[in-house]
Amino acid sequence: MELILIILLGMLYAAGVYLILRRSMVKLLLGIMLLGGGTNILIFLLGGIVKGKPPVIAEEAKLFQDVFADPIPQALILTAIVISFALTAFAIVLLKRVYALVNSDDLDDLNTPEEEDI
Amino acid sequence: MLLTVLSGLFFSCLTIPFGKMLKTKWSILLPIVPLLLFAFFLTQIPLISSGNSLYQHINWISSLGVNFDFKLDGLSLLFSLLITGIGTAIFVYARSYLKGHRYYDRFFGYLFLFMAAMLGVVLSNNILLLFIFWELTSISSFFLIGFNNDNAESRKSAITSFCITGLGGFFLLAGLILLGNIADTFVISELIQAKDLILNHQLYPVAVIFLCIGAFTKSAQFPFHFWLPGAMKAPTPVSAYLHSATMVKAGIYLLARFTPILGGTPLWNNTLMIVGGITMLYAAIHSLFRIDLKGILAYSTISVLGVLTFLLGIGTKEAVTAASVFLLAHALYKATLFLVTGIIDHETGTRDISLLSGLGKVMFPVAIAGSLAALSSAGVPLTFGFIGKDLIYEATLHTPQINFKWVLTGLAIATNVGLVAAGFMAGFKPFFGKLPQQFAGVHLPYTSMWIPPLVLGVLGVIFGCAPGITGHLLTEQVAKNIIHHEITAPLKIYHGFNQVLILSLSTLAVGTLVYLMNKASSRKLAFIARFKALSPEQIIIGCGEDLLKISAWATSLSHNGYLRSYHLKIILFAEALLAYKLWHSGSISIDLNMLTQPGLYEIAVALVFVGALGIMVSTSSRLTAVVSMSIIGYCTCLIFVFYSAPDLAMTQFTIDTLSTVLFVLVLYRLPSFINLASRKILYRDAAVSIGFGLILSLIALKVWSEPITKDISHFYGENAYLLAKGKNVVNVILVDFRGIDTMFETVVLSIAALGVYSLIRLRLKPTEKE
Amino acid sequence: MRSPILQAATKYLLPILLLFSFFLLLRGHYYPGGGFVGGLVASIAFVLHSFANGTESTMKLLKHKPLSLIPIGLGISATSVSLPLLFGLPPMTGLWFDEPIPVIGMIGSSLFFDLGVYLVVIGVVLTILFTIALDNLSDKT
Repeated sequence: MELILIILLGMLYAAGVYLILRRSMVKLLLGIMLLGGGTNILIFLLGGIVKGKPPVIAEEAKLFQDVFADPIPQALILTAIVISFALTAFAIVLLKRVYALVNSDDLDDLNTPEEEDI
Repeated sequence: MLLTVLSGLFFSCLTIPFGKMLKTKWSILLPIVPLLLFAFFLTQIPLISSGNSLYQHINWISSLGVNFDFKLDGLSLLFSLLITGIGTAIFVYARSYLKGHRYYDRFFGYLFLFMAAMLGVVLSNNILLLFIFWELTSISSFFLIGFNNDNAESRKSAITSFCITGLGGFFLLAGLILLGNIADTFVISELIQAKDLILNHQLYPVAVIFLCIGAFTKSAQFPFHFWLPGAMKAPTPVSAYLHSATMVKAGIYLLARFTPILGGTPLWNNTLMIVGGITMLYAAIHSLFRIDLKGILAYSTISVLGVLTFLLGIGTKEAVTAASVFLLAHALYKATLFLVTGIIDHETGTRDISLLSGLGKVMFPVAIAGSLAALSSAGVPLTFGFIGKDLIYEATLHTPQINFKWVLTGLAIATNVGLVAAGFMAGFKPFFGKLPQQFAGVHLPYTSMWIPPLVLGVLGVIFGCAPGITGHLLTEQVAKNIIHHEITAPLKIYHGFNQVLILSLSTLAVGTLVYLMNKASSRKLAFIARFKALSPEQIIIGCGEDLLKISAWATSLSHNGYLRSYHLKIILFAEALLAYKLWHSGSISIDLNMLTQPGLYEIAVALVFVGALGIMVSTSSRLTAVVSMSIIGYCTCLIFVFYSAPDLAMTQFTIDTLSTVLFVLVLYRLPSFINLASRKILYRDAAVSIGFGLILSLIALKVWSEPITKDISHFYGENAYLLAKGKNVVNVILVDFRGIDTMFETVVLSIAALGVYSLIRLRLKPTEKE
Repeated sequence: MRSPILQAATKYLLPILLLFSFFLLLRGHYYPGGGFVGGLVASIAFVLHSFANGTESTMKLLKHKPLSLIPIGLGISATSVSLPLLFGLPPMTGLWFDEPIPVIGMIGSSLFFDLGVYLVVIGVVLTILFTIALDNLSDKT
């Protein structure tokens, strides 16, 4: 499964890079989200993946009895997911505003804004 | 001593709240500050003359070796007296000169700042402290040159001078730090102890060159001299104070101060002699071609600075004595000439010496001051300038380099001839001859304007007639501070009929002749202007312009303003770097036993994942892209479920849902994607991105195959319940172990929400108005 | 998008989801869950309600702007962080009641911290979504 994850994250990165090389602002945003997703999987993978053993201590125990999934990458990714939502929301509103001003999704149209748009 | 420095800064600050009061009769209080300081330094003369030094040490940033270390010895005292003494005269003078000026208060603020900074330079015993004050003098000079800030020329000159002295400042700092590191101390008196260490260090030449560049830029030595004539755009009192009597001599001070540390080597002596020699002759010749009074004075100042550097370069006891005497003599007569020029400019409205003549009839005391200064500058017997000139010839005739004795003497004679003529042009020419009709109505200025130059001019004669007054301090202490050599020969008016006297008198005669033959006219100005293309000024400015062109070209090459081309460059660079590193990091070995076996569900999820990704990249519909994005998110969520991350799965699931809602809310009205790129570009981008994905996959594989330590994870696992009473370790990390991080994460979230809120509100406003 | 079925369903779904989200928050220290997830689930509940009944009616239901939840949440978190300072302990030290409370279990300062996170998340998500939704509405009219 690790190999599959590695391939998946590579594809996420490739797709993300491909999208940020496009001219559309929406694609740029989606590309950034994909890159974020790829990074999450990368961190998750590097923590070592374990099947069916969440990092929760058993009911009656005070310590882990067994091998458990690494909690640190999980804590990191959880933070990253939430923050990326904030980023997405902010970016998307920016995009909406730019669209309302320039009436275009094309990044190149931002280079020479007309006087009345500013 | 700290107090003397701080008092200037203090009063500088005071001019901000009380500036308005200064414009009224309270301005009478202004000169009292430098006067009191002057008095303080005068009282120190007996102590210093007897060979003692005054130290003060206050800790500041001891860990960096920067402390308030002050030291008052002969050299510092001479400069301190100049700064405060001439400062007093300038303050008295400027009070009337600028009466009614819009920025009257500001002017004195800068002037106080400068005085404090300059005192700081000469009193510092710590080289980093010295540097700080050094830069402060540059800054105050910048403000004073650009004082008439509605004049484009003034602003340009201010920037030029600031750039040149600032550049020198950088070199100086580098040189000082180098010295400090070599000797492991930043205290000047300790550096002197470490002289042997420094002289034998391999970086010694670098330190010397850096330090010299710092001093040469400040003291307007060739080829950095050109900022000084430009600096004459400043109000005349400033020119008199900063750009002839004190600030430009900071470079000379620096050289003198470091002679006991760095001096005595051929490198040091020759650099100073050559640069000083070129400067003094070049500027002396130049001064003869000027018709603007301030221009003449500016070039003759540069020439004198050259002479001083030259004398320090010779470095014998005669030379050092000559330098110290000449320094004082020059400060006295040049300040006088500047102040006189200021009066002429103020009263007649012109500084063109081809127009000025006969003013002595209408402003007699000013004429006396000007003539006395001119005589001293020419080195006529019984003036202080005469003693200075005598000593210069004495020094050149007794150089250790016997072979060059006459070359050096010749240089000195040529320079002095030029200086004599320039002095006469500035001090005699405007006052004698016929008074033109247009100046008939000119009258004497305020008393407080002609008293200061007269006092300075008369002092020049008094010192000349009775050199013993200054003798102790100048010849013994100052020279001792520079070359650590006892000098006992007292200054004398008359040394007997010898070589030196003949040289002195013939210089005077030739100089007078040159003055009489040299008719000031604009033709000459045009003649010298033809050589402008060859001047260092043009070369340096040209270099600057070329640099701008090159950078504009380089910018246009790499910055075309398209975001995606920047992305492309960044990604390609990253790829190249990572690929190179991967290539050299050895092979990847995978332990197949470490792999977990994928189940059917996992493989199915992965397939869906890949399919959604493919659709997302290729679709032309916005909605499809967003839906694919959320499918990818849900697949990631399932992966988290399979591999023991329930918290992540839940968060990913909810966030994904909300993101989709968000996208749909905003995007449903946007047009669908248009394919704007050509097929070729698409293939290129595809290749770049696949390469990037591949490299990252390889890196992931490589990192994954390396063993990692899990100490921290084990720590959290073991202590989650014991210390934090929680069993969900992820949550415990978030709210307890790393709680502050989470706290700030929520702050970030809040900021994003506020940003969104205000962005939308910002847009609502104009529509509401309509 | 106003379907009666959805409207009827949200009437029951909203309280249930909110209860669930609160449950997630409380048990976060022992089982999967916590402030982030709880907050997100709660905001989804409100979003669902706004889909069914329109954003205005959801805003009415909330009575206050969701923006005001943010400072409240931040305040609670900050208090729980700095509370140990009053007892002369370093900030972020966990403080716990000695006896467990029925149903909820042990209560400590970290629960309040999580409660703060929960409120901030609801505030942030609802602020973002509702401002955009209301803006869209005002564009149309």
